[in-house]
Amino acid sequence: MSSLRRYADSGTVSDTLLSVDGLTTVFDVAPRPVVAVNDVSFEIRKGETLGLVGESGSGKSVTAFSIIGLLQSPGRIAGGRVLFQGRDLTQLPEPEMRKVRGAGIGFVFQEPMAALNPVMRVGAHIAEALIVHGLASRAEARERAIDLLRAVKITDPGKRVDDYPHQLSGGMRQRVMMAVALACKPQLLIADEPTTALDVTVQAQVLDLLRDMKAQFELSLLLITHDLGVIAETADRVAVMYAGRIVEQGTVRQVFREPAHPYTRGLLASIPGDTAGSRLRAIDGTVPNMASLPAGCSFAPRCAHRMAVCETSFPSQTVVAHDHSVRCYLNGGQP
Amino acid sequence: MTPLVEVRHLVKHFERGGGLFRARTVVKAVDDVSFVVNEGETFALVGESGSGKSTTGRCMLRLVAPTSGEVLFRGRDVLAYSSAEMRAARRDMQMVFQDPYSSLNPRMRAFTIVEEPLVIHAIGSKADRRARVADLFTLVGLDPGHLDRYPHEFSGGQRQRIGLARALALNPSFIIADEPVSALDVSIQAQVINLLMDLQEQLKLTYLFIAHDLRLVRHISTRVAVMYLGRIVEMGNTAEIFANAQHPYTKALLSAVPATDPDAPRARIELDPALVAPGAPLRQVSEGHFAAV
Repeated sequence: MSSLRRYADSGTVSDTLLSVDGLTTVFDVAPRPVVAVNDVSFEIRKGETLGLVGESGSGKSVTAFSIIGLLQSPGRIAGGRVLFQGRDLTQLPEPEMRKVRGAGIGFVFQEPMAALNPVMRVGAHIAEALIVHGLASRAEARERAIDLLRAVKITDPGKRVDDYPHQLSGGMRQRVMMAVALACKPQLLIADEPTTALDVTVQAQVLDLLRDMKAQFELSLLLITHDLGVIAETADRVAVMYAGRIVEQGTVRQVFREPAHPYTRGLLASIPGDTAGSRLRAIDGTVPNMASLPAGCSFAPRCAHRMAVCETSFPSQTVVAHDHSVRCYLNGGQP
Repeated sequence: MTPLVEVRHLVKHFERGGGLFRARTVVKAVDDVSFVVNEGETFALVGESGSGKSTTGRCMLRLVAPTSGEVLFRGRDVLAYSSAEMRAARRDMQMVFQDPYSSLNPRMRAFTIVEEPLVIHAIGSKADRRARVADLFTLVGLDPGHLDRYPHEFSGGQRQRIGLARALALNPSFIIADEPVSALDVSIQAQVINLLMDLQEQLKLTYLFIAHDLRLVRHISTRVAVMYLGRIVEMGNTAEIFANAQHPYTKALLSAVPATDPDAPRARIELDPALVAPGAPLRQVSEGHFAAV
């Protein structure tokens, strides 16, 4: 355990670890730019898990890439701030940003096979992170890698450290990714669909591990997923994204018990539950094309409660309960 | 309850290796699987990747050749059919695939994709077929005005509807749906599930529903078989299995499904492989409920 505490000794003064404020990310493509992330604001407090939920193309992954400065052209941050430990990451020069990635913010992606180098041994991935950030010498790195593999509950870490990624199962690879992400003791871990490619029993193990790691390493977690069940089990707060905007956010209990936005309500209702044999309450229509969003609320074309005002402008944010806000005219939003 | 399809002792082994210096190994993808699908019901095969559920479905339509076993369709063994007989039989048994992106030919218009089975089986004149495809479009909730569009012009959910229209073109009575909604967005999955249920009622279809999503299986299926390492380890009425699972693997699988209630108690049951008796036969634990325990 002592080796693990070395990784868990960070402490911060402020309660808010990450504050995303009005983040707007644009992809400059023909015929006209696409706003993939539109005026997104949220906070992650120390030790908290925020779930970012949305369907494909809703902008949740682009939000993550924007935060860690890994957007690729033609994508660019067009507005807003990303405050992490008091610094605006959108303004940091790349060498500074490189220090933040890994040491400040670690990340785990959906496809561990694509994120791991197939010709590098498992241990080398972890050692590289440690050496690049000056946290270990070559000699120490191997031992630290084994410690970390043990921490993510890989059996026989002394042997696995010399395996290549293809020798591991999907769940094991995701554990290795987590070990790499945790190597430089980040305060924030961003996990983008970490369990989507995994079988349900393996998914359960990885989610349990994420919870363990969070406690053990005193992490905050930004968990990106399309699965509301994963959010319900893992997150403290949730932000629901639709067509590039956060339409509702609040504590998981509040949002799941009293969803305020018709989209959130629709999503929750469309999950099969104890309703065997009956029709599911599906949301009509299709996920909108980001290149041609409607004027006004992007959800309006699919919304059963559509009013005239919904088609003119996007509603402002209103607070419906403590730590629960929504952007919808039904809940007092203003044009 | 009339049996429509009866699978008896189905076995599919894949051989690997067998090179100069490597011994040949046999992977038992499907290992003595037997079940009955009754007319009009939805029978679900659930399991994780590698459990053999998709291979079972493919063997039943002879998309892969099984190693041994029988697949009786209306009492006749499909596996003993000549290729001409099999072609005729396929009119009655169709498949819907998981990935609506890779299962539709991107160079063919939606009309041609849905029309193709009618052409292969030489059904109707050109005008008849056009009218039939338009009807099928309406049936699955697509706009018949979009007949001449290409697959990329449709969304994922609409593409799955095209795949379904093609499967329905020859009026089959039995459809194997292999993970039909798992590639779709959450809000679209429910639409396609509703469509499948509506079509079943309207056209008196029988489904074999292959899936890993237990929430979905619980919703749509009347009976379920749980596959683990190529074998069925538990089988019975869906409600009974969900309420009263007997096999350790079924218990682990059910406990791994994330609850959408944030206050639901989390009681994760890990599978202890020592508890799984390899090769244990299915035995009846209650009326219509079998488990390999």
